Amino acid sequence: MHLSHALLLAALAISAATAPARAQELSGTLKKVKDTGAITIGYRDASVPFSYLDGNQKPVGYAFEICLKVADAVKAHLKRDTLEVRLNPVTSATRIPLIANGTIDLECGSTTNNADRQRQAAFTNTHFLTATRFVAKREKGLDKTDDLKGRTVVSTSGTTNIRQINEINTARGLGMRILPAKDHAEAFLMVETGRADAFVMDDVLLAALVAGSKTPEAYAISSEAQSRPEPYGIMLRKDDPAFKAVVDAATAALYKSPEGRALYEKWFTQPIPPRGINLKLPMSEAMQKVFANPSDSPDPAAY
Amino acid sequence: MTYTWNWGIFFEPSPEGAGTYADMLLSGLAWTVATALCSWIIAFALGSVVGVMRTLPSRAANAVGAAYVEGFRNVPLLVQMFLWYFVLPELLPRDLGTAVKQMPDAPFYTAVLCLGFFTAARVAEQVRAGLRSLPRGQTQAALALGLTRAQTYRHVLLPNAYRIILPPLTSEFLNNLKNTSVALTIGLLELTARARAMQEFSFQVFEAFTAATLLYVALNLVVIAGATLLERRVAVPGGR
Repeated sequence: MHLSHALLLAALAISAATAPARAQELSGTLKKVKDTGAITIGYRDASVPFSYLDGNQKPVGYAFEICLKVADAVKAHLKRDTLEVRLNPVTSATRIPLIANGTIDLECGSTTNNADRQRQAAFTNTHFLTATRFVAKREKGLDKTDDLKGRTVVSTSGTTNIRQINEINTARGLGMRILPAKDHAEAFLMVETGRADAFVMDDVLLAALVAGSKTPEAYAISSEAQSRPEPYGIMLRKDDPAFKAVVDAATAALYKSPEGRALYEKWFTQPIPPRGINLKLPMSEAMQKVFANPSDSPDPAAY
Repeated sequence: MTYTWNWGIFFEPSPEGAGTYADMLLSGLAWTVATALCSWIIAFALGSVVGVMRTLPSRAANAVGAAYVEGFRNVPLLVQMFLWYFVLPELLPRDLGTAVKQMPDAPFYTAVLCLGFFTAARVAEQVRAGLRSLPRGQTQAALALGLTRAQTYRHVLLPNAYRIILPPLTSEFLNNLKNTSVALTIGLLELTARARAMQEFSFQVFEAFTAATLLYVALNLVVIAGATLLERRVAVPGGR
């Protein structure tokens, strides 16, 4: 055999050996997960019932369970026997940097998916639809947006809700004094102690706060919504289509299956830990539609 | 890092409907400055009184001063902020409590009081240190000349002590200025709160906090320049 033939054979053998590996080459988050054998889920500590700490200080919740299913799907996609799921607490201020710098791979909570935010992060299929409403003490008799004229209103700083109520205040000239609170618990406390007349927030979070309060019957949630339905999505890193495809497929399959509906009912219509409160929030028509046809659109008009 | 930088964000209109994001941060800066100055007035006045009490020969005055200092400097500032804001109105008579809660700009007044009382404890310790650093002979000489104790402090001890503690007092003022950011937890729309709001609306986290950092640094440099000038102006000619 000539030397040149031997070299050719060797070259062929090498290329044959490496070709399949190259075809499967992973990039972005999938590669990172494969290399480290771990996927990191960012959870919130007080977003009931989406992602919060139960009585044993363990994260639980509707969005959190969806993320665990996604982690399973990623494990199956990578054909691994084990995949470590690491947990990392996030706040509304830390979630973007932690997604961007790769500390967390999935953000599971109640993060609104909108066009502005898509410049900085990607979102998978919508797992919940909410609208902005307000809660007030029943005795104050506030029910419509116009009832808030000249009132002191609180909302959580850095949410889309405080932005909407600011816009409504300016547009309609209601002369509300809008106070920002550090978190939902503090904002609700301000209504409870009378520092604010109403707390403007996503209706589902208000339902949770009311259900968990000392006197749930003393509070009423407004019938008029201050926004169109707003999609909540699980947040991913931007510009990572391979990972997004896996997550989208996993969430779509889950939402369309009976398991998705069961998951919804578990967290929204039955008593949930830690104190066994029941949100009594049956699946809305819009929600049923979005589960039948999963969508990751940030446009409220699409729902 | 997959982050999309957008430094032009400051000139985009903020969703609050009043000006751009830059205006939003500057309004936060104005609240920060107002809170810092007002609380410093309380801190300096009260701190001086407590500091003097701790150097008086009276046991009772000493005990009151010590209790004040230990109480206010050993409770975390964040907890104090919550106590002032949420607990105090509940302890007042019902009507007064409601009036306090409905007061416009309640977070501002609360933050000023809370920071003032907190920083006063720290100023008191520095005033005490300044007074203690003076030779004992000064007090004795002043009293022997027939000055009352009040006159001794007013004309002999305090003018010297303040000159000595001016550098650490400047640090204390800067701390007080930065501590105003804790007031965001009770809803004061100061600089850090505005930077946080900006990052929530726009998701441009790093731009927002970079701007806030630069504003804090610039503000502190102005304070330091002012303190240096003051130090030069009040220096005793030929003194230390």
